[in-house]
Amino acid sequence: MHKHAIEEIIYKALMIASCLIVTGVLFLILGTIVFKGLPYLNWSMITQAPQSGYYLGHEGGILNSILGSLYLTGGATVLAFMMSLPVTLYLNVYAKKNSRLVYLVRFAFDVMWGIPSIVYGAFGFMLMLFFGIKASLLAGIITVAFLILPIMTRSMDEVVRMIPQPLLEASYALGATRLQTALKVVVRQALPGISTAVLISFGRGIGDAASLIFTAGFTDSLPTSLFQPVATLPLAIFLQFSSPIVQVQGRAYAAALILTIIILVISIVARFLTKQFTRNIVR
Amino acid sequence: MESNAHIRVQNLNVFYGKDHALKDISVEIPNKKITAIIGSSGCGKSTLLKSFNRLLDPVDNIRITGKVLVDGEDIYDPKAEVTHIRRKMGLLSQKPYPLPMSIYDNIAYGPRVHEERNKKKLDRIVEHFLKTASLWDEVKDKLNSPAFKLSVGQQQRLCLARGLAVGPEIILGDEPTSALDPISSQNIERSFLELKERYTIVIVTHILRQAKRLADYVLFLYMGRLIEHGPAKEIFENPKEAMTREYIQGIIS
Repeated sequence: MHKHAIEEIIYKALMIASCLIVTGVLFLILGTIVFKGLPYLNWSMITQAPQSGYYLGHEGGILNSILGSLYLTGGATVLAFMMSLPVTLYLNVYAKKNSRLVYLVRFAFDVMWGIPSIVYGAFGFMLMLFFGIKASLLAGIITVAFLILPIMTRSMDEVVRMIPQPLLEASYALGATRLQTALKVVVRQALPGISTAVLISFGRGIGDAASLIFTAGFTDSLPTSLFQPVATLPLAIFLQFSSPIVQVQGRAYAAALILTIIILVISIVARFLTKQFTRNIVR
Repeated sequence: MESNAHIRVQNLNVFYGKDHALKDISVEIPNKKITAIIGSSGCGKSTLLKSFNRLLDPVDNIRITGKVLVDGEDIYDPKAEVTHIRRKMGLLSQKPYPLPMSIYDNIAYGPRVHEERNKKKLDRIVEHFLKTASLWDEVKDKLNSPAFKLSVGQQQRLCLARGLAVGPEIILGDEPTSALDPISSQNIERSFLELKERYTIVIVTHILRQAKRLADYVLFLYMGRLIEHGPAKEIFENPKEAMTREYIQGIIS
């Protein structure tokens, strides 16, 4: 056989193998969680807070962590969105395309993206000390907002950057201001990208444990106040895994399964909604 | 004597960074006629056109000297208000860019931006200008469907209607038929010929035959300089400058 033909076959095989390995790992993870967690998943898991002796294998559930994670990540996502949308619009509609500020902002967000979440936790803790608040839902929201801000902003930015300049000019030519153009044309055109950015950030935020150890704390009661500590799923998983009791370890898998399902449901719903809102997008 | 031309250009210079793109251009665009800006690619045709409604503003490192007077107002005066200047001109770009919304909302976008909220009035505006751009019959049953689903030719007519809906006196076309098939191009050209009764039209084109078909007045640019301008008949049949003659005969392009 010809040398190039052999080369082609070998490299093609390697690429297919890589694809299979990647997909395989995903299914392995999902499989493990489902296999080990499903037997421990029951109604009381998702409808009750931990009762006394829960961590020894007694009655109760992790509703405290489910609600805590949803509140905390939801709040953080809203907060991060309120900052990243203006940043994105400024970079792409207002600022000069090649100005130093634009370069600096993008670079800063890229660096922030790479900072480990435990460092955000430490930073959040420092802020808490400064403002004199204790570990609480609010502190967790602020910390996670910082953590996901670069992810959300840079993902949005990449999409908004792809919008062709003449589309903006078409709006300007009709006498629209930059603000009108940004809100009515740019946001609409970039909506699928914007919602994907929000989703990715939500997923990243709800799965993070390290940033919350100092800032959100943990509690067995349901979240009721911004200023009280709050339980979260990743920490619930961590706590239950550390237990020597088999029953409790199994519940850790069940908690992981719940976390995965939440992320899955949210992304499916969001994708469906985005489709409804974006039928007018210029492709 | 004060002229009444909508667009008067006086000693206009445009620099992109160090690149001197337009060199000392002075010209008056005749009202209610079709003016064609011709010249080879990169000669500054589009730049000149875009200077009329300040669409050069978002360009980085641009420097503009001289004056462009629109209805007697110097639009590059720091005190000039850009949105009302742009409103006086409808723009057709090389490729149609429908806004990411329905056909109806595309036309209503301009009026809405200018605070028109009355639904009945908007309905009337949408119908009227879609008819003006001879698109109404094709889209009247699907006004709420996405504009990008129209064919490219229909999209360009939509963009024409959208531009007219803000009530301009001037229509600017930047090679408006270059992305269109021959039939669609014809439609746009026909619209221009009908519209020149009421509007001052300026188009940039690199197609000489198109300029001959449409233009009443011609500007010939070469390397950023306005070489010659005058009534189309004179420019095409009896140009004064050797360079214009060479361009028209296809010796330089």
